Amino acid sequence: MSHAVLTDKRPSTLRGARLPKWSPWAIAAGSIAVAVGIGLAAGLDSRVQWGLIAAIVFVLGTYVIAARVEGGRQAKDRVATSLVWVAFLLAVIPLVSLVWTTISRGMKVLDPYFLTHSMGLVADAEPGGGIYHAILGSLEQVGLATVIAAPIGVLTAIYLVEYGRGRLAKAVTFFVDVMTGIPSIVAGLFILSLMLIFEMQPFGFAGSLALAILMMPVVVRSTEEMLKLVPNELREASLALGVPKWRTILKVVLPTSIGGITTGIMLAIARIAGETAPVLLLVWGNSLINANPFEGAQASLPLYIYQQYANSAGAGAAYDRAWAASLTLIAFVMILNLVARGIARWKAPKTGR
Amino acid sequence: MDTSIQTTDAPPPPPQPSPVEQKRAARGATRPGDRIFLGLSRGSGILLLVIMAAIAAFLTYRASIAIGKDDANFLTTFEWNTGLVPPEFGIAVLAFGTIVSSVIAMVIAVPVAVAIALFLTHYAPRRLAGPIAYVIDLLAAVPSIVYGLWGAMILVPHLNGLNGWLDEYLGWTGIFSWDGLAPRSMLTVGILLAIMILPIITNVSREVFRQVPRMHEEAALALGATRWEVIRMAVLPFGRSGVISASMLGLGRALGETMAVATVLSPSFTIQTSLLDPGGGTFAQNIASKFGEADELGRDALIASGLVLFVITLLVNGAARAIIARRKEYSGANA
Amino acid sequence: MAKRIDVSGLTAYYGSHKAIEDISMTVEPRSVTAFIGPSGCGKSTFLRTLNRMHEVTPGGRVEGKVLLDDEDLYGAGIDPVSVRREVGMVFQRPNPFPTMSIFDNVAAGLRLNGKYKKSELNDIVEKSLKGANLWNEVKDRLNKPGSGLSGGQQQRLCIARAIAVEPDVLLMDEPCSALDPISTLAIEDLIGELKERFTIVIVTHNMQQAARVSDRTAFFNLAAVGQPGRLIEIDDTERIFSNPSVQATEDYISGRFG
Repeated sequence: MSHAVLTDKRPSTLRGARLPKWSPWAIAAGSIAVAVGIGLAAGLDSRVQWGLIAAIVFVLGTYVIAARVEGGRQAKDRVATSLVWVAFLLAVIPLVSLVWTTISRGMKVLDPYFLTHSMGLVADAEPGGGIYHAILGSLEQVGLATVIAAPIGVLTAIYLVEYGRGRLAKAVTFFVDVMTGIPSIVAGLFILSLMLIFEMQPFGFAGSLALAILMMPVVVRSTEEMLKLVPNELREASLALGVPKWRTILKVVLPTSIGGITTGIMLAIARIAGETAPVLLLVWGNSLINANPFEGAQASLPLYIYQQYANSAGAGAAYDRAWAASLTLIAFVMILNLVARGIARWKAPKTGR
Repeated sequence: MDTSIQTTDAPPPPPQPSPVEQKRAARGATRPGDRIFLGLSRGSGILLLVIMAAIAAFLTYRASIAIGKDDANFLTTFEWNTGLVPPEFGIAVLAFGTIVSSVIAMVIAVPVAVAIALFLTHYAPRRLAGPIAYVIDLLAAVPSIVYGLWGAMILVPHLNGLNGWLDEYLGWTGIFSWDGLAPRSMLTVGILLAIMILPIITNVSREVFRQVPRMHEEAALALGATRWEVIRMAVLPFGRSGVISASMLGLGRALGETMAVATVLSPSFTIQTSLLDPGGGTFAQNIASKFGEADELGRDALIASGLVLFVITLLVNGAARAIIARRKEYSGANA
Repeated sequence: MAKRIDVSGLTAYYGSHKAIEDISMTVEPRSVTAFIGPSGCGKSTFLRTLNRMHEVTPGGRVEGKVLLDDEDLYGAGIDPVSVRREVGMVFQRPNPFPTMSIFDNVAAGLRLNGKYKKSELNDIVEKSLKGANLWNEVKDRLNKPGSGLSGGQQQRLCIARAIAVEPDVLLMDEPCSALDPISTLAIEDLIGELKERFTIVIVTHNMQQAARVSDRTAFFNLAAVGQPGRLIEIDDTERIFSNPSVQATEDYISGRFG
């Protein structure tokens, strides 16, 4: 009996009514036309709205047409497909806009003069000036942070992978995870609380310390991953020759994974190079060149962007500088990323996966 | 530590005896190199723990100073007047704003991110998917201040239309009413945060979806499932916990985001019933905005609010970790 | 229910690589046809062309005809999703949905194809599990996850899932290769029962198994590594194993290569 029920519900043929292949394009074109029509008729001035209307019409139209022709299941499938495409296209808009705006507006004042001069005596609303002092500050702060965080991070990862057993290792693993989630401003507040206790004035190295706190867990995590990729056979081969463990790590494990570790460190640098909040609290910003990270307020690229934006009082010149500095910062971060990925690909340990 | 000695003490019998053997014997069982190296690496681990402890301790210490001087209830007060005598400040507005903006960000970002991740793993033409995933990976590295600048200069003016539309059709709810001021509001902040955390959630979700065993998808296909049904039967159930933990990662970022909120929001110490009207604030944004003119008590008060933010992010990350751990157990039982 | 399969001039590709070339054969309804041959000879690929699963693999495409009772599976307007509903498949490794209960696993295919009353579902699930000789072992824990079963039970669960939708044809891709001998025996017995109702095609590496379960046997081979696989011969199983008409078949069966 159940058998009969079953067969009744099955379509008798392999052929279903199908929409032609070009139908999504046709529906898309149709919905764009409808959206433009609605937009013009209702006098909506924002193109974003037109896009949203087109997207909604497209999804609804797909469902209605497909449900008519192909039936419910196919219609659901088509709606899912169109939603996924729409989500992708909608998400692309802001991201492309971000990149495009930064490049097009940043190019306006970005020239060798801009890169090699400080703000000196240039008032916020005036044109001119540059970001030399900010680049210098960023390089020093990030460099010092790296010098602190990279060795500690790599050594901690070595401890976790090569020695780590027992409660200490578990605690370290746990707190590395916790540390990964610390908001950058909290790291800044921590150093600030120390500075309040010792009554110190802002200086570059304080920013480096906060950045180092943000960098350490990232380095630990990525290094750990890389060390775990080193096949155990290599370690055992070396140990079996009677090589002491520390020399095995230095001569066998680290050289095998050095590419990945470098990549991880570079990605971590790229991440902290864009941090603004702790620098704002601890380094203050400075429109003059201060090459000494251990005394006096310094500038930094992300902080410069913020201050040009916040202190400009609507002056176009300051906005132009903010965009140009953004472009410089993004270029720096992207180059680090690309080089790091290049190294990772080039030096990847052949695990035969 | 004793493992290292054990392993090195049991080499295979050396085929030729003399010089190598002597060197090995001369170095003895203690092996200073090993001890120094272990000490260094373990020391680094311990240093990390010390830093974490110090962060908690010093923040709590400074926060306690501030809260001791606070004449109002720190948790429920709608004001931030550290200059008053006696000072009155509280985090009610900040907690509200932080949660509201993050919730908006999650509501927008999670579905879109999951959709994009599905797009990359199951819908996009292969030739397109690789490069797009790479670009999204890179976008995750764009500094937050750049998002902030873009949000303030480009996104804010573009949202006038959306705000007007929401006000016209949904204004009666009160949540979406708009008085026509520049949209430097919680909704704008939420949208910007959504755009910022989109790449990270997308990346992690994509990884999870890629790990769905091919055989589960084929099982669904062989039963006559459409692509969407395959995703619902095999991909989403498998990836659910991964997506949740990815979202938690994104939430952690949204909660602690400073500069993007500081550039976009027009803050005030009031709770706006409408998401479209400027005003309100978040923990991180308030610290960045108020820090410049704060005296010592003002800074301690900001540190106190930072401590609350710290605790909240700890809880969120803890939840994410717990979910990941459960997933590991689960898949382990499956193998 | 059971339908005849007529394949003519079938060639399948992975990208530019030709995996199998110019295969023609007929599979009789209500019988078991076994595919044997050395690794890489394309017998699994060929099996997957019979329910249009081959094109799911990136770069996979097919030329030629597969007639299911006079209807070409690769004809214009054919919906691959409907094809897979009528040509069921059991895979090499048991693959129950890990997040579903035993009951939901069996009902998964049914739920796709329409709404059923709870009682109807109960009936069909029970019937399918009985059909897969699994009912007695799981009837008390239908709501437990399918992944908690043993490998052999999981494979029978997958068979139950495949037959629940009453397909015309049941394809089995080395269904016993991941199982122990006792589970293998249980599946082989089951195949013997299922052929009363379905057309069954089974790929196997195990020649004894082919000899035990099948009515007809097809031998596939490839000229050299990188060359496409071809159908060498298909005949009654008895003949293939006693007196094959091609020398290569005899060499393979007697263990001289492969």
